[in-house]
Amino acid sequence: MNFTLFVTALLTGVSFVAVVTILAKLIAPRSFNEQKEEAYECGIPTRGRSWMQFRVGYYLFAILFLMFDVETMFLFPWAVVMRSLGPAGLVSVLFFLFILVLGLAYAWRKGALKWQ
Amino acid sequence: MFNFDIVTTWLHNLLTGTLGLPEWGAILTESILVALAIITIYAVFAIVLIYMERKVCAAFQCRLGPMRVGPWGTLQVFSDVFKMLTKEIINLRQTDLFLHNLAPFLVVTASMVTFACLPWNAGAHILDFNVGVFFFLAISSIGVVGILLAGWSSNNKYSLIGAMRSGAQIISYELSIGMTMLTMICLTGTMQFSEICADQAVNGWNIFRGHLPAVLAFIIYLVAGNAECNRGPFDLPESESELTAGYHTEYSGMHFGYYYLAEYLNLFICAGMASTIFLGGWAPLHIAGLEGFNGVMDAVPGFVWFLGKTFFVVFLLMWLRWTFPRLRIDQILSLEWKYLVPISMVNLVLMALVVAMGWHF
Repeated sequence: MNFTLFVTALLTGVSFVAVVTILAKLIAPRSFNEQKEEAYECGIPTRGRSWMQFRVGYYLFAILFLMFDVETMFLFPWAVVMRSLGPAGLVSVLFFLFILVLGLAYAWRKGALKWQ
Repeated sequence: MFNFDIVTTWLHNLLTGTLGLPEWGAILTESILVALAIITIYAVFAIVLIYMERKVCAAFQCRLGPMRVGPWGTLQVFSDVFKMLTKEIINLRQTDLFLHNLAPFLVVTASMVTFACLPWNAGAHILDFNVGVFFFLAISSIGVVGILLAGWSSNNKYSLIGAMRSGAQIISYELSIGMTMLTMICLTGTMQFSEICADQAVNGWNIFRGHLPAVLAFIIYLVAGNAECNRGPFDLPESESELTAGYHTEYSGMHFGYYYLAEYLNLFICAGMASTIFLGGWAPLHIAGLEGFNGVMDAVPGFVWFLGKTFFVVFLLMWLRWTFPRLRIDQILSLEWKYLVPISMVNLVLMALVVAMGWHF
């Protein structure tokens, strides 16, 4: 039943957008104009394309994010059963966290967290 | 306490027994009803939230807000929706048309599926996986893909910068959201939203039960949640004074409307999750020893509790938005990586200690 409902919710979202877009296209007026199809950048003509190389700073944060996101993924199962694991589980997860904190400290020290 | 299971089982028995539909027919009918319910509630809450945002914003700025259309401006949002519907959807010459049209689908679908995760009442939940929190985090990050696609496909520098900022900000703050949820899962010991609520109905709200680490986690969640919705002091992806409208600069008419809709619903979902995980969801407020008081609180139906808590958190988030000035991108990233991530890690260990030693209530 859960997966039926998941597919239902997914299809609801997709069909909602599709139906409303078609409705809007039917209702809305249409006109053709050279100027209207330009990209909007303050009214002055655009120079160059915007599909270009972008600054690497964002990419660095994405890599850091990947590391920590995988970490939380591993911690979720532990959090669910942590009561039954007792102190032994807690100590081993502390080691796991310690290694990750070392990684964050290394990135911090190397200046990966500084925006330049 | 009112349990919504009565309604769903009655409906199922009506369809299979009285009307004599086969099993698949009953499930199909129920799925259609669920879909209609999702769309209706989604649209109604979008309208309520936009009206509320305008009025709250106006109150903070000593204005009246919308007053002309309808009594106290209540019809203003409806007229806005009709305006958006009747505006032309412009396709620009140099956009990547396929991706440009695909992006709203991703954003709205992600917000609708996460919307379906909210537990409204005992028995009134649509998606209730046993890995609910995990599922919620996974689906909510699909919205980022939509935002990045929107910025990239527009072939506009403002859109590109807005999308990149938004992407960096959302994925960074998702860490804090995940960590704070993890902290609370240590306390509840389950990832299923209905069980998290049921647990809090018996043992008391998580924020009281986990005292210090829970309150810290709640504060971090509010900050990160505000950033996740691209709102408040963190609204620099669409900072209108420098980037026009950020990643949706090139969207017009109803295409713009989808982003507007998803933004407000994400605010509601973020607040709903805060109320489910920290403030008890549909669980009523109980004070040990006061039987009469507890009895009165039990008489209030669960969805009233849920909506009351959720709108309280929504109000808190709006308050934050209209109080603080906008941050710069380097300030946003350093706030997350140098303060919130280390604090939430320490907080996680603290909560683990509290649970292991049995120091919680």
